[in-house]
Amino acid sequence: MTPTSSYAIEARGLAKEFRGAGGTVRAVDGLDLAVRPGEVVAFLGPNGAGKTTTVDLVLGLAAPTSGTVRVFGKEPARAIADGQVAAVMQTGGLLRDITVGESVELTAALFGRTSPAGPFLERAGIADLADRPVGKCSGGQQQRLRFAMALVSEPDLLLLDEPTTGMDVRGRRDFWTAIRHDAEAGRTVVFATHYLQEAESYADRVVLISRGRLVADGTVAEVKALAGSGSLEDVFLDLTEEPATPAEGGTR
Amino acid sequence: MTAVSQPVAIRAYLRLELRRMLRDRRTVLFSLLVPPAVFLWAGTSAENRATEIAPGTNLTASLLVSVALYGALLTATSGGAGVAVERAQGWTRQLRLTPLAPWAYVQAKVLASMVLGAGSVLVTFAAGAFAGARMPVSAWVLCALAAWAGSLVFAAFGLLMGYLLPTDGVLKYLNLILTALAFAGGLFLPFSDGTPMAALSRVMPTFGLAELARAPLGGGSLEVVAVVNIVAWAAIFLAGAAWRFRTDTARV
Ligand SMILES: Nc1ncnc2c1ncn2[C@@H]1O[C@H](COP(=O)(O)OP(=O)(O)O)[C@@H](O)[C@H]1O
Ligand SMILES: [Mg+2]
Repeated sequence: MTPTSSYAIEARGLAKEFRGAGGTVRAVDGLDLAVRPGEVVAFLGPNGAGKTTTVDLVLGLAAPTSGTVRVFGKEPARAIADGQVAAVMQTGGLLRDITVGESVELTAALFGRTSPAGPFLERAGIADLADRPVGKCSGGQQQRLRFAMALVSEPDLLLLDEPTTGMDVRGRRDFWTAIRHDAEAGRTVVFATHYLQEAESYADRVVLISRGRLVADGTVAEVKALAGSGSLEDVFLDLTEEPATPAEGGTR
Repeated sequence: MTAVSQPVAIRAYLRLELRRMLRDRRTVLFSLLVPPAVFLWAGTSAENRATEIAPGTNLTASLLVSVALYGALLTATSGGAGVAVERAQGWTRQLRLTPLAPWAYVQAKVLASMVLGAGSVLVTFAAGAFAGARMPVSAWVLCALAAWAGSLVFAAFGLLMGYLLPTDGVLKYLNLILTALAFAGGLFLPFSDGTPMAALSRVMPTFGLAELARAPLGGGSLEVVAVVNIVAWAAIFLAGAAWRFRTDTARV
């Protein structure tokens, strides 16, 4: 009898290498991580630290070079098919020529639900945009649409990859209010970010990574205490380094 | 959790896809307006109508079938190429976060373009009926079916080319390539036997399908070389597309 995992995410020795002309990049380098159900975790690290790659591995969009990752004790693909995990990706993933409402309705239909888009748009704060073509939405509005689409399967685990990049201050505040509000129902939320303030304000726990390795893990207070000054920024700068390869363009 | 049945998901996807195609002016233009216009412009002169190529069959009918096949090929090709275009937008990644299987997505895209291809053939044939094409009733039915079904080969062609060509402006390139292939394969004007061009045309992927679509006009016989041509190109396009599709896991 193997007991089923009680973790939302459980990664063991997780590693991912990319081979290219310029040599091999170890984007994720032996990550051990366990996230309990209900936690709100900030996945913090500079550009190129391996945040997106880790998200891809947790979602089963990329296969690990070595190590394992389980989502609610299952293969990632299985957890997705069961509607237990959803994600707000950093870029792309939208059809520009359909409307906001159609995007959500299609997602619902693909999950075998006939639910109307309205309530999900409402929860993401874009109820008034239902008939707008996706291509005509601002970056922040598209981000909220990704959020609405992620809510459709009522996932137990929600992954957000730098969800507020490109949003203005108010947009960012509103977005997090919507996420917070939604997470109160007990959903596990893991968000990648390089905004320290977002990690500080919205996470129960901070996981700091640099060059694909975990360099700090704990509550915001615990991680802050790692630097004498007690500021998250100092910890961030002390513990993280420039990525192994020059981070081209930054957002990947 | 109940597994979502793929047929239900495919139907939902197909509905959206058809709506998208009918909203897209470029698609409507090339699938539903250009083929009948080309036919009316090039095929309906008094001389063509008076030229008998088989009992009860005039040259206009033959040109009608050729142009209808061309329209069906354009439609199927752009449908297949759409997969690569949407992949470049990160849409196929987004779909991997839903229960829709990757092959089911391709199937829905191809099915939708085949529905539009049927519309294209029907509109063109309707123009032919009004503009003086003459052929036996059985030929009206069989030629339309052959042109439509044969275009499936070019859905695989579009899928493969979409992966091989740069996604920016891929549809424009494909229209040009397809038109060149149509001429080179003797789709519009068959080459006279014995010339070097006639020999060359026989290896073009449009040759076999053109022969197939026009076969019911001349009593239904089809040369072996045409059958070999169709089977070989279908195998090449399918194998190429399947290979690209399977090895495609990279982030975009
Ligand atoms: N497909 C890829 N091929 C090669 N290198 C990649 C690929 N994806 C990511 N990388 C590299 O892996 C490292 C981590 O990238 P990423 O996970 O996107 O970081 P982050 O999301 O934290 O900014 C970077 O050095 C990046 O250049
Ligand atoms: Mg990233």
